[in-house]
Amino acid sequence: MNRRTVLLGIQIAAPVLVLLGWGLWSAGSANIFYPPLTKILSVFRETWLFDRVGSDVVPSLVNMFSGFALSILIGVPLGVLIGLVRKLRTALAPVIEFVRAIPPPALIPFGIVVLGVGTSMKVFIILMVALFPVLMHTIDGVRGVEPGLLDSARAYRVSRRDQLLHVVLPAAAPQIFAGVRVALSLSLILMVISEMVASTRGIGYFILEAQRTFAIPEMWSGMVLLGILGYLFNLAFAAIERRALRWHHGARKGAS
Amino acid sequence: MTRTSTLSTSASPGTRRRLPLSPKFTDALLGAAGLVAVMAVLELSTIAGLLPEKTFPRVSSDLRQLAELAGGAELWTSVGHTLQGWAISFGLAVLIAVVLGMAIGSSTVLHAATTAVIEFLRPIPSVALIPLVVLVLGTGLQSKIFLATFAAAWPVLIATIYGMKDVEPVALETARSFRARPHDRLLSVVLPSAVPYIATGLRVASTTALILCVTAELVIGAPGLGQSITVAQAGGQYQLMYALIIATGLLGVLLNLVFVAIEKRLLRWHPSQRAQEVVQ
Repeated sequence: MNRRTVLLGIQIAAPVLVLLGWGLWSAGSANIFYPPLTKILSVFRETWLFDRVGSDVVPSLVNMFSGFALSILIGVPLGVLIGLVRKLRTALAPVIEFVRAIPPPALIPFGIVVLGVGTSMKVFIILMVALFPVLMHTIDGVRGVEPGLLDSARAYRVSRRDQLLHVVLPAAAPQIFAGVRVALSLSLILMVISEMVASTRGIGYFILEAQRTFAIPEMWSGMVLLGILGYLFNLAFAAIERRALRWHHGARKGAS
Repeated sequence: MTRTSTLSTSASPGTRRRLPLSPKFTDALLGAAGLVAVMAVLELSTIAGLLPEKTFPRVSSDLRQLAELAGGAELWTSVGHTLQGWAISFGLAVLIAVVLGMAIGSSTVLHAATTAVIEFLRPIPSVALIPLVVLVLGTGLQSKIFLATFAAAWPVLIATIYGMKDVEPVALETARSFRARPHDRLLSVVLPSAVPYIATGLRVASTTALILCVTAELVIGAPGLGQSITVAQAGGQYQLMYALIIATGLLGVLLNLVFVAIEKRLLRWHPSQRAQEVVQ
């Protein structure tokens, strides 16, 4: 076996070993806070496959993706505008810096006061939080467009619309994607927090309720579900990004 | 920025007739104008009745409330609680993550063994741990610190590993061919080139630690700004709630500024900072 296969073997074996270790360590566990892994998994199957999918998982995810999608729909055009107009950028910088610096959960009470405890509050909070990474990265991406590219587009009298669509946006795309990626994980986090603070359904609510009623295996199963969701979103996004930015990665590989 | 500004001045000769104000000054003026404009719009929409005065008090009265709070002890106790949690968890996270990251980054075997585990653990939202943490550690400072440390360690860990891996191979080979000892290579070649990455990780970690501290205060009721905000909201004292939210934002801005300044000082030698200095 050569070195690479050994390393690959280690890479695959390590997580399996960690899981096995957890399983063995917790097998005879009498500690009520750390139930056996097998128990967690069987509760997971009973609870989430697919008993509570319609009542908790789907509403949670709908909120999350509504907020996330809105953050892109608002953040990218706004970011392009602010990135292109220097005066606007300078004028808005302190406002953006301030709102961005507010820890997002601190906005939940504000959301409750203004919008109540329903769906719109949750979508609003997720939007408010996911918006800033998209906005900031878009502004940076647009500002970082190679001036030579813009100058040549101008020299060829490319229309403003085409400049925007074919020069500015593609050049800023890698940055924008980086922002969207951050926004995605923030959306998931705020989805959970907003349900923990004010809700009567959803994954976050389920976990907190399970903890309050000392349904510990159920609580663990919800935590495992969130872990799996976070991992899957990350994976899916990486795949989309790789596809959308294929030209970019190819260009970079060729250059280096 | 220089590039765009020189471009725009050369493109519009009319600007030359104006008095030569320093660009820094005009930028600050524009920024202040933007801030005032946004506050004026909010204030006017409350006065005009576009926003309900009860749940959306005038900005001016929120600010007056904040000024009043700043004179009393209550606000500073909350700020102190939040900052205490932030400082402890940030310090712990950096310590753990830099040491682990350097170990992982300098060993191929360890790197291979941990990649998949890290990739799986990192996207788990740290807030998922809240219920467990409450059961095991209660609702006080310990829970807050655990959550914030857990969340803040990831960006530093990832950045440290990245930084260690991204050492200029030529520099490393050169050091090797001069027979620099391994720990000299680590201290004078690998670490300096990893520092810019780590610095970025630190900035993200600081923000994350603050967010998680406030979350813990909000969700599990540990004392601090987050708890004060919820209490104000539950009690219907909306002006107080807005004043506290503004205070929390100002704390965030302050921490950001501190980190940008530290980064600038520590990395004066690094091209990214040099470029920025020219730009400003």
